Amino acid sequence: MVQYSSARLDASFAALSDATRRGVLEQLGRADASITDLAVKFHMTLTGMKKHVGVLEQAGLVTTEKVGRVRTCKLGPLRLDDETAWMERYRQVWDARFDELDRIVEQLKRKEKVDGRRKRE
Amino acid sequence: MDAGKESEPTAMKNRTTVERTSEREIVVTRSFNAPARIVFQAWTTPELFKQWWVPKSMGMSLLSCEMDVRTGGKYVLVFAFDGAKPTAFHGRYIEVTPCSRIVWTNDESDNGSVTTVTFEEKGGQTLLVLHELYPSKEAFEAEHGMEDAMGETFEQLDALLVSLGASVGRS
Repeated sequence: MVQYSSARLDASFAALSDATRRGVLEQLGRADASITDLAVKFHMTLTGMKKHVGVLEQAGLVTTEKVGRVRTCKLGPLRLDDETAWMERYRQVWDARFDELDRIVEQLKRKEKVDGRRKRE
Repeated sequence: MDAGKESEPTAMKNRTTVERTSEREIVVTRSFNAPARIVFQAWTTPELFKQWWVPKSMGMSLLSCEMDVRTGGKYVLVFAFDGAKPTAFHGRYIEVTPCSRIVWTNDESDNGSVTTVTFEEKGGQTLLVLHELYPSKEAFEAEHGMEDAMGETFEQLDALLVSLGASVGRS
C-alpha cells in the first residue's frame, strides 16, 4: 500500500508539472467538460487533449466517462486516496507498536527458557 | 542485543494488516512467534505494557499506566504529547478471559470505541486480532480525525489544487 501511495503521488505531481494540465484541472473544478470542449478551450487538437486527459486520468486526478459519442471529464476521486493514506498511517502506528511488543515477547520467551533450564538443574 | 548462540535465527518480521470491515469498525491483525500466554502477559502486565504501547516514532510518551486487567476492572493511561499538557485515557475492561480475550471501553468521549483483542494460538504462534468498534460512522471518523487528517502529502496536493483554483478566480 505504501508503494501504491507513493507511485500515485509521483503520478500526481508529474501530471501537475504541465501548465495545460493544471489549466484542465482548474476548468474541471468549475464544471465537468467533454474532451472536445477542453480542446477548444485550450486551442489544441483533440488528440493532444486526449493525451493530457490520459495523464491526469492515470494519476487519478480526473475520471472520464463515455456517454454516447461524448467523453465527459470530471475531477477524480481523491477521497479514496485519502482513505488509503489514512489507513496506511494507522497501520504504521500499530506496526511500530507490535514491533515493540515483539521485542518484549522475545525477552519473555528467552527468560522462560532460562528459568526452565534453571529449574531442571 | 545479544541473541546468544542457542537461539534460532531471527524469523521474518510478521506483517501487520489493517482492514476497515464496516463503516464503524476497523480490524488490525498480527502474528507473534510465541504462545498466547506470553503475548497476553506482555499485554496485561503494566511494567511490560509500558515498554511497548508507545513506540518512539509516535512522538509521545506514557507517563503512567494503571491497569486492573480483570472483568469490571479499570485502566488509566496518562500520555505526554510533545509540548502539550498530559492527557489521560481511561476506560473499563468489560471482559477478560486469560490468554485469549480482552474487551475494553474507551471512555474519554461518547465517540470512543469498544476494543476487543483476541489471542489465538496455533502451532506455537499467536494470531492477534484487534477490533475497534465505534458507536457510529460519524464517531469513527471523528475519533480518527478523518475529516482533516489525510496523508500530509495529499493535504499538500489538495492545497496546491485549491490555490490553483483561487488563482483562476482572481484572473
